[in-house]
Amino acid sequence: MAEIPELDIDALLGDEGKHVIACCGSGGVGKTTTAAALALRAAEVHGRRTVVLTIDPARRLAQSLGMEALGNVPKAVEAVRGGSLDAMMLDMKRTFDEVVASHTTPERAAEIFANPFYQAVSSTFSGTQEYMAMEKLGQLRATGQWDLIVLDTPPSRSALDFLDAPARLARLLDGRVIRLLSASTPGARRSMLSLMGASAAVFTRVFNKVLGGHLLTDVAEFTASLEDTFGGFRKRAEATFRALQDDQTSFLVIAAPEPAAVGEAVYFTRRLTEERMPLDGMILNRLTPVAADLTAERALGAAAALEESDADDPVAAVLRTHADLARRRAAEERVAARYAAACPEVPQRRLPSLGVEVVDLDDLRAFGAVAAGA
Amino acid sequence: MTASAFPVPRLHIVTGKGGTGKTSVAAALALALAGTGRRVLLVEVEGRQGIAPLFEAPSLGYEERHLAAGLDGGEVFGQSVDADEALLDYLTMFYRLGSAGKVLQKFGAIDFATTIAPGLRDILLTGKLKEAASRTESGRMAYDAVVLDAPPTGRVVKFLNVTVESGRLAKTGPIGKHSRSVARMLHSSLTAVHVVTTPAAMPVQETVDAYKELMAADLPVGQLVLNKVAGAKAVEVDAAQIRAGLERAGLHPDDALVSGLVEEYAAARAEIESVDAYRDRLEQLGRPVAELPLLPEGVDLSGLYQLARVLRPGIIGGRRNG
Repeated sequence: MAEIPELDIDALLGDEGKHVIACCGSGGVGKTTTAAALALRAAEVHGRRTVVLTIDPARRLAQSLGMEALGNVPKAVEAVRGGSLDAMMLDMKRTFDEVVASHTTPERAAEIFANPFYQAVSSTFSGTQEYMAMEKLGQLRATGQWDLIVLDTPPSRSALDFLDAPARLARLLDGRVIRLLSASTPGARRSMLSLMGASAAVFTRVFNKVLGGHLLTDVAEFTASLEDTFGGFRKRAEATFRALQDDQTSFLVIAAPEPAAVGEAVYFTRRLTEERMPLDGMILNRLTPVAADLTAERALGAAAALEESDADDPVAAVLRTHADLARRRAAEERVAARYAAACPEVPQRRLPSLGVEVVDLDDLRAFGAVAAGA
Repeated sequence: MTASAFPVPRLHIVTGKGGTGKTSVAAALALALAGTGRRVLLVEVEGRQGIAPLFEAPSLGYEERHLAAGLDGGEVFGQSVDADEALLDYLTMFYRLGSAGKVLQKFGAIDFATTIAPGLRDILLTGKLKEAASRTESGRMAYDAVVLDAPPTGRVVKFLNVTVESGRLAKTGPIGKHSRSVARMLHSSLTAVHVVTTPAAMPVQETVDAYKELMAADLPVGQLVLNKVAGAKAVEVDAAQIRAGLERAGLHPDDALVSGLVEEYAAARAEIESVDAYRDRLEQLGRPVAELPLLPEGVDLSGLYQLARVLRPGIIGGRRNG
């Protein structure tokens, strides 16, 4: 089998042409930790002015990065040695409010904020978080305040949501169904209704029953108040999406050596390639560390030999522990090999499980050093 | 069958942080519940197709399909429930839509309705579960138990708390009535929410948080499952003994091999101790804690049966008589 190209983390972090690094992957693969560790290393080792945008960090990691205070703006992380590191946690609802406010008059904005449908979409719609992460990324980038933005993507059902959800939200907000709805609600333009004919009538009748008449009215009012800002909405989402395709951006796919996580990584890699997004590598976290160079079979054979004369030979227990580790590692390598087979051209970096929870800057520093092979 | 003071859960909801193995645990639980003559339905709702590969089966669809034989001759069926199909199903049932339903679907209206009202999505999905758990076929229950591979801990309470989410939907009419009856079942002792974790800080913390959230929402917590527990026999041993032992076994050890084994064994011992601490933390919550071994080769079909056998005694206690 061909050699898998090795991902050079330090070359990537130190590349002055790169301004965005987006870490993607399914839930539970160490995405947030990886993003934070890479950002810290970019600041400390490469002296870059860096900001890390996280979505849903574990509480203790958030504490050590000083991200507990809300505000929806980056704050400097203290005790960073060299360069500078800012960190922020995305406040999805607040970001949405800011987008609305920046596109319309204060009176209109107040109307929109009070609308129950807006409240539902801005706080619970499953694509909103991804859309707002894109929006925030665009905002941070526009300030020119940082050399490098490291983005941790939302904990989606699937890593693909990050690419699809913004378009889905945009489609929802100016799709034909929403136009039809606003048209078939009293007081709206009748012409739309006649265009759609009978299906519109069925639609309105059934959904008024299922969803409740008030919801359709809310939607209609919402679209009416947003009418003048729709264009802006969509344009912004498209601009941010396109910005992700330029070579100042770098995507990293993060995975763990489990079939589901590796499967997601393969799908995501294909999608990134199709969308012509610049994918620079894959980081495989959490491999079982094996320190002794001895096959599982030989270890088990030796353990059995020792147990023949003493069933409780302590060295046999040590050998069996090693055999378990070696078998785990081998199984993980087999899973990881699926990625290498499906995406042979993508550089990889394989990292052992650290065995401890990463909670403070020292832990992040250590993780970053291991990742960079330093 | 006699009525008992503590009804046996029929609906098992399995949640957990991403990466803890909740899908495998849900599958193993379904096998364990499928004792002699029993029928169990294993459901997923997020379209991830996580169940089918575990059973080496083709992708699951909206139709219930036979998946595997249970532990003692029962049967496990599988299904992937999709909100759009569930809504169409629902509309057809209550409004006799006929072909108009298809038109609505083609038009994007079904997708739209489930999108603008996220609560509706959850009601439709949990509603399908309730329907499967209470359906009768020729005089007996169609399924003795329904097991759901549920959304992860971060989203599960919102997913199950349909009454709260449905506040924005129509309160009268079939959907309101429907959501209230689904909520009644989810909050009753016919349901058990099992939380899966691995012996690691973040998943255990999320489990504790999820437990509190579930209790606050008055949802019945079943077992806490400590998954992927690595085993190692606890012995006292030093480098010199290891070197001597390896020589006795004819391995001709060098320094690197001995120090490597010392390092690995020390880490394994530390891991066992940390597992004890995590188990204590979970037991403090006052719910039964089931423990599943880490399978060195990963979870395949035979591994699922192995896990099912470990889970079995915990659920036999709650098995109905007769």
